Amino acid sequence: MRRRILLYVPLGLAAAAGGGFYAMLQGLRTGDYDPRGVPSALIGRPVPEFAALPPLEGGGVPPFSSADLRTPDRPVLVNFWASWCVPCLVEHPQLTRLAGEGVPIFGVNHKDTPSDALGFLRRNGNPFARLGRDETGRLGIEWGVYGLPETFLVDRGGTIRWRQVGAITEEVLRRDLLPLLRRHA
Amino acid sequence: MIPELGHFALALALALALAQGTLPILGAGCRDPRLMAAGLPLAYGQLLAVLAGFGALMWSFVVSDTTVMAVMQNSHSAKPLLYKLTGTWGNHEGSMVLWVLILALCGAAVAGFGRGLPTALQARVIGVLGLVAVGFHAFILLTSNPFRRIWPPPLDGQGLNPLLQDPGLAFHPPLLYLGYVGTAVTFAFAIAALIEGRVDAAWGRWVRPWALASWSFLTLGIALGSWWAYYELGWGGYWFWDPVENASFLPWLAGTALLHSAIVVEKREALKIWTVLLAILAFALSLLGTFLVRSGVLNSVHAFANDPERGVFILGLLMVYIGGAFALFAWRAGALAPTGLFAVISREGSLVLNNLLLCTIAAVVLVGTLYPMFADLLMGTKISVGPPFFNTTIAPLAIPLVIAMAVGPMLPWKRADLRGVLQRLWWAALLAAGALFLCVALAGEKVWPAIGFTAAVWLVAGAAADLVDRTGLFRRPGQAWNRARGLPRAAWGAATAHAGMGVTIAGIAGMGLATDTLVSLRPGKAHRLAGYEWQLEGVRDVAGPNWSAREAQVTIRRDGVTVTVLEPQRRFYPAGRQNTTEAAIHATLSADLYAVLGEERDGAAVLRLHHNPLAPWIWLGAAIMALGGALSLSDRRVRVAAPTPKAAASPAVDHVPVG
Repeated sequence: MRRRILLYVPLGLAAAAGGGFYAMLQGLRTGDYDPRGVPSALIGRPVPEFAALPPLEGGGVPPFSSADLRTPDRPVLVNFWASWCVPCLVEHPQLTRLAGEGVPIFGVNHKDTPSDALGFLRRNGNPFARLGRDETGRLGIEWGVYGLPETFLVDRGGTIRWRQVGAITEEVLRRDLLPLLRRHA
Repeated sequence: MIPELGHFALALALALALAQGTLPILGAGCRDPRLMAAGLPLAYGQLLAVLAGFGALMWSFVVSDTTVMAVMQNSHSAKPLLYKLTGTWGNHEGSMVLWVLILALCGAAVAGFGRGLPTALQARVIGVLGLVAVGFHAFILLTSNPFRRIWPPPLDGQGLNPLLQDPGLAFHPPLLYLGYVGTAVTFAFAIAALIEGRVDAAWGRWVRPWALASWSFLTLGIALGSWWAYYELGWGGYWFWDPVENASFLPWLAGTALLHSAIVVEKREALKIWTVLLAILAFALSLLGTFLVRSGVLNSVHAFANDPERGVFILGLLMVYIGGAFALFAWRAGALAPTGLFAVISREGSLVLNNLLLCTIAAVVLVGTLYPMFADLLMGTKISVGPPFFNTTIAPLAIPLVIAMAVGPMLPWKRADLRGVLQRLWWAALLAAGALFLCVALAGEKVWPAIGFTAAVWLVAGAAADLVDRTGLFRRPGQAWNRARGLPRAAWGAATAHAGMGVTIAGIAGMGLATDTLVSLRPGKAHRLAGYEWQLEGVRDVAGPNWSAREAQVTIRRDGVTVTVLEPQRRFYPAGRQNTTEAAIHATLSADLYAVLGEERDGAAVLRLHHNPLAPWIWLGAAIMALGGALSLSDRRVRVAAPTPKAAASPAVDHVPVG
């Protein structure tokens, strides 16, 4: 009898795994399950200290330091980008739209040359309220950035609330970012 | 027009598969010879229809028909012809068509080569393969139509991911799929056996060649994929324990276990339930891999871009086939009573140990692969299980496996004298100990490489000891040649495959001694690494058919003598606006010299230089393993599906070969 029960073990395990996979697929659709989402040690923490970044000459907007993120009037998006990054181009229309709606976006031009960065902004428009250069990638290391683009949401208390690795697509904007912006407004 | 014909051919294939999946099984159930015989032409017909569909898709890629969605998204007119052809399966839709093509090929092969099979068994196997095909044809037609048109067509396609434009990866999927889909045949045999309620020696003999062939292709496919990662991704690593890599490794482990347990069924009519379970498991793990890669539930660099809708469909297929098979197993497997009995220390015992260890390794890999996903689902925590977990958990399981790999083949069936066998292995043990001392003396106290070299020498020497023992080379040297000729190919195959594993382990151990460095060099300057002088001569622009690149010339000298000039590239593909690094490798039997070109700044170029001792042995060993599989496949016993012929029973062989 024991032996017969053992024969059902594979079926039971397969059924359990199948149920789990189905829940994952459902979660993918509703957004509860996201294998690509990466946790950040910084979420729930205040922004790391950093001195004012070097400005992008000719960019027309001032740079910023961590002091500017301590108590902003509205939640701020900190966006790490570069002219050589293709997904940055993909998310650019969404950033432009957010900027148009008055969301302050602080850009960090990461491992880029000023002339290339200016060329990128001339071609695609400048959605950034503040813009600093991080030519060595030092700030990126402090923020735990490992690829571009990456975007952080800083709330009015200067706490990092959310991190997006990869482009802010239409879907990410609608599903994650807009509700968060409303919540922290 | 051609794409529509291709679409029609695939629909026709679905209809034929439906007939193939029902008529022969019904026929076998009510013993109707005409219905059972219908399986053969249906299997051939399905193959022709899928071939037509695949040909139409390939044609669309060759002529760059951008009105076809799959072509538009994955091809570009400026691509070399080879990559237009191989681009056919470089995307989700096309690779699924290749999948069903190989499945249809397997069905036709069972129809063509299975003349010696009992009619009912053959009909059921062909029928089960037809049923499997039905699901995947439906998946293609309903969710992944490769011939979907777009209008108006764009001027040109978006190009194939440049990482995939590479000869290694061009042939990686077909080999891998031959391996994956080959497990469908052993699965079909298992289901047929469960329906009939009978597993005997003959069943074992028919299953083994399929298990062997599928295992050999899987070995080659995995090796090719790992080789590609080694030279194309430019990280200098060869195996990353990435979930997608694990997905191909799991069926390999189950297939290896199946290969060995089927021997016990064939020779001794024992381990029947276990073997049937392994056959189902190997196919289940193949399908699991397909699901993980294509459904988007896991995060991997290799995964196809996709949507959850497809995932639900594949999961449904998985549940029907695997759930159905396990339900059938639970219901019927009790009827498969073992007849052969054996002592713990015996050939059977060693094969059971092999199976236990292989299955434990498979379980560890499976848990390591799925745990992060389930942890995320159930607890919402993000965990990554990386190489440290796999390396520390698998090594303790691999060591006894390696020890047993040399001992097992020398044990006789039923009951063995372990001491006698160990006495015949003394010189292999001596050589292995020598390797250990040599490694410690030369490379210092590096534990894992030392263990690796010991294991490698033990395996190669153990395989040699087995052959020496069987041919009586030292006992009666005069007759050794005749005995060697009389030895079944399966015995040669087993020894070759085991030695191949040793060669691979030596390569892995050698990589444990690899050194690398990151340097920024100006033209004319040199850096010393691993006893070589690496001098950057200059960096220039070069252009290919669909890319442009920066190429560095690095001259490598040893004691003032030029060894080679490496030309690593950083390529830019305008079609997809993507960059790739092309590592330059100078491969010799003793080591790979490997250079990657990084960024250039202020007149200096960043270079990553690697010295990888014995690296080529990793893939060489895999090729030797596959050769062992092929040798074993060419055994007379497999070619002639008749009772054991006289030759194998001749006094030349004092115990029955493993292989």
